[in-house]
Amino acid sequence: MATVASSERGAPVRRRAGVHRRARAGGTGALPMGVVTVWLSVIVLLPLAALTAKSLGDGTGSFWHAVSSRAAVDALAFTLVVSLIAAAINAVTGTLVAWVLVRDDFRGKGVVNALIDLPFALPTIVAGLTLIALYGQDSPVGIDVTYTRTAVLLALLFVTLPFVVRSVQPVLIELDREMEEASTSLGATPGQTFRRIVLPNLRPAILSGAALSFARAVGEFGSVVLISGNVPFRTEVSSVYIFKLQESSDSPVAAAAVSVVLLAVSLTVLVGIRVLERRGGDRGHA
Amino acid sequence: MREQSRTTRLGLRVLALGYLALLLGIPVGLVLYRTFEHGAGAVWSSVTTPAAIHAFQLTLEIAAIAVPLNTVLGVLTALVLVRGRVRGKPVLEAIVDLPFAISPVVVGLSLVLVYGRTGWLGPWLTDHGIQIIFSLPGMVIATVFVSLPFVAREVTPVLREIGDEQEQAAATLGASSWQAFWRITLPAIRWGVAYGVVLTVARCIGEFGAVSVVSGKVAGESETLTLLVEKRFGNFDLAGAYAASALLALIALATLLLMTRLNPRKEGRP
Amino acid sequence: MITVESVDKHYEDFHALRGVDLEIASGSLTALLGPSGSGKSTLLRVIAGLEVPSSGRVILDGEDVTNLAPQQRGIGFVFQHYAAFEHMSVRDNVAFGLKIRRRPKAEVKEKVDELLRVVGLDGYQQRYPSQLSGGQRQRMALARALAIEPAVLLLDEPFGALDAKVRAELRTWLRRLHDEVHVTTVLVTHDQEEALDVADTIAVMDAGQIAQAGRPRDLYDAPASEFVMSFLGPVARLGGGLVRPHDLDLSLEHREGATEAQVQRVVHLGFEVRVELLPADAPAGAEPVVAQITRAEAETLELQAGDIVWVRAPLGQVPGVVAA
Repeated sequence: MATVASSERGAPVRRRAGVHRRARAGGTGALPMGVVTVWLSVIVLLPLAALTAKSLGDGTGSFWHAVSSRAAVDALAFTLVVSLIAAAINAVTGTLVAWVLVRDDFRGKGVVNALIDLPFALPTIVAGLTLIALYGQDSPVGIDVTYTRTAVLLALLFVTLPFVVRSVQPVLIELDREMEEASTSLGATPGQTFRRIVLPNLRPAILSGAALSFARAVGEFGSVVLISGNVPFRTEVSSVYIFKLQESSDSPVAAAAVSVVLLAVSLTVLVGIRVLERRGGDRGHA
Repeated sequence: MREQSRTTRLGLRVLALGYLALLLGIPVGLVLYRTFEHGAGAVWSSVTTPAAIHAFQLTLEIAAIAVPLNTVLGVLTALVLVRGRVRGKPVLEAIVDLPFAISPVVVGLSLVLVYGRTGWLGPWLTDHGIQIIFSLPGMVIATVFVSLPFVAREVTPVLREIGDEQEQAAATLGASSWQAFWRITLPAIRWGVAYGVVLTVARCIGEFGAVSVVSGKVAGESETLTLLVEKRFGNFDLAGAYAASALLALIALATLLLMTRLNPRKEGRP
Repeated sequence: MITVESVDKHYEDFHALRGVDLEIASGSLTALLGPSGSGKSTLLRVIAGLEVPSSGRVILDGEDVTNLAPQQRGIGFVFQHYAAFEHMSVRDNVAFGLKIRRRPKAEVKEKVDELLRVVGLDGYQQRYPSQLSGGQRQRMALARALAIEPAVLLLDEPFGALDAKVRAELRTWLRRLHDEVHVTTVLVTHDQEEALDVADTIAVMDAGQIAQAGRPRDLYDAPASEFVMSFLGPVARLGGGLVRPHDLDLSLEHREGATEAQVQRVVHLGFEVRVELLPADAPAGAEPVVAQITRAEAETLELQAGDIVWVRAPLGQVPGVVAA
């Protein structure tokens, strides 16, 4: 029987009530909002406001002077470049690891999968020490990278290892295998199928994971501080530079100024990730 | 073709596992080996020196304050973010994420600029005889800051996923919002909360950079486990550093075990 | 008795209810019927107290409840997606409202067992919602809503998430349940067949207003607007008016008031035959008019594609609504 309503009967109406109807029951009122706002303001915003104020406290001239000193520029440039390299390597190795964990099958896969999160659970200072054990002066294999730029890269790769793996893994699990089968049936080689079918579907997840590891790497301190030797103009990253500045001065305008720059970089990346995720989300719903 | 894809798969497996072994497995294994190569007795005496015991206690003490605070307020934040009927939620969400994007050193420095001797509140605090920086409160605040997002981040998607119909149903059945929260919402999000708490604990115990700036690092007073590791390493007490690291690594492994148990993204849990 | 008095509901950018007035008799089973976005669910939620109206009043059994929270209204509400408490057993789900009211344990157990018998879930006490089918979950949700002996039972598209067969079974079952329990029931649906089948009163909603309310037959036979007519069943447009396809009268000769049309297609659907016609005066590209006739009629007329017939609404019956 033809009916006017038939066209909408099959329409997905799930969660409609929750999305654009705000109910009296189950909502939270003004009080929790107030508590949360005060909490975040005191813990997060107040210190950052103090930081920004201090950085500009002696005028924009000294701000500029502080961030354009050769040591500051060198540290920042090195931090950004090494973080970028770490993110790029992660994009490749993270995807590879995620692929092997999802599509391959071998004994002990569960353990390997669990170990991926170890860098998140392990204190960063321990991570640094761990790398020194294998790649330091007492290295049993005779490789000593301490006090080199490679050491910094190694430390960053260690602490950011989970990001790309954990963002690609769920996408790969959800990925429709029939797409790949269709591609194969149309004559594509495995390599072509990966490049043309799998990779485009993974790209947003890889990008977002790599961006997260970049953001993390830019601010990393604990894992780098022991292994890098903190050689100025060579292996000193911005966070170590800031640490030294604030330790050696009573009015750390310079430290605050460099911090603000570092903060701006991280914030830009964070906002970028949000935009990226939102776009990915929109496409997913289309 | 079959043969070829088999070879490819094996190749990829060797590559991936090799990378993980070189970066993760072998170094961590080596640290544990180095720690215990001179016998458990040496390790034991190294982690039971007064300074080590105090560092361990202080680390737990900080976590014992920071974790409950971040748990309660994290759940509340998630509730506001998902269920709140207020403007400005995107801004709030961004602020919650901020601590993830800030270098721990910058966190420490910022706190010094608020609570330190020359900081915004410094004069007032000095007048009232309150010391925050270079003492326990400062270390707690630093730890709270860096571990702030975890619970809220883990609970938010779970709350979104369960929707608010169950809470509405509870309301129509006569439950007050308080009853609905305790009987319906909290049980529904408990795994998300637990997962967030585990992450928070791990971060609190492992925090180094921010605490390092605000602690003052006085042995037996304001030295946490991670600071002890750094100090021993700096004093060329490598065995001692390894021993303290092993203790932290064991906590990390326990955390990892709990994480795999609790991961809310895993299917098929009751 | 439920009285809704000039209720308005605004959302930020959406006017969901526009001055709705409605009376729902005690003990009746009323369907709020309308397309999605017509405001029917919003109206139900306003009655429940899950939404606060922007203006207007809601009166339950003589008491103004407009400013009462849902907890205080003594209503039972059943959600489209069940809103089952996933972490509780079936027994605890149904017992929830009674436990909130601190009823004695023995009474709770007795009541829960009785209700589970009524909804046909006896023996499922220890199961969890995830172990139930959609239909079973919804029956559990009904038992849960009925446990607190509500003055009013409100159902928001209760069968919307179920497949067609279960949906038909459940609505027959709901009708029987209502005959037993006699609680004033309001059911929101967008399915006119469901409304006609189950309700003794239907309120058709359109764009935030009540388009027409009354007994199903009256609405079907005397719709107040084109919208109501077309929403309640299939319609054909003939000479500017709307007619039910089964009311159309076909003949091979010209008759008073009939329109000439060419047969496009004849479809045999078992007991009925559907004839698609193109009126001679129809503009190019117009949709065909569909007439529904019996097999016997079709055999008498021996219609084939290309034939010319004369079509009209039956004598003495004006087409339901004349186009504005």
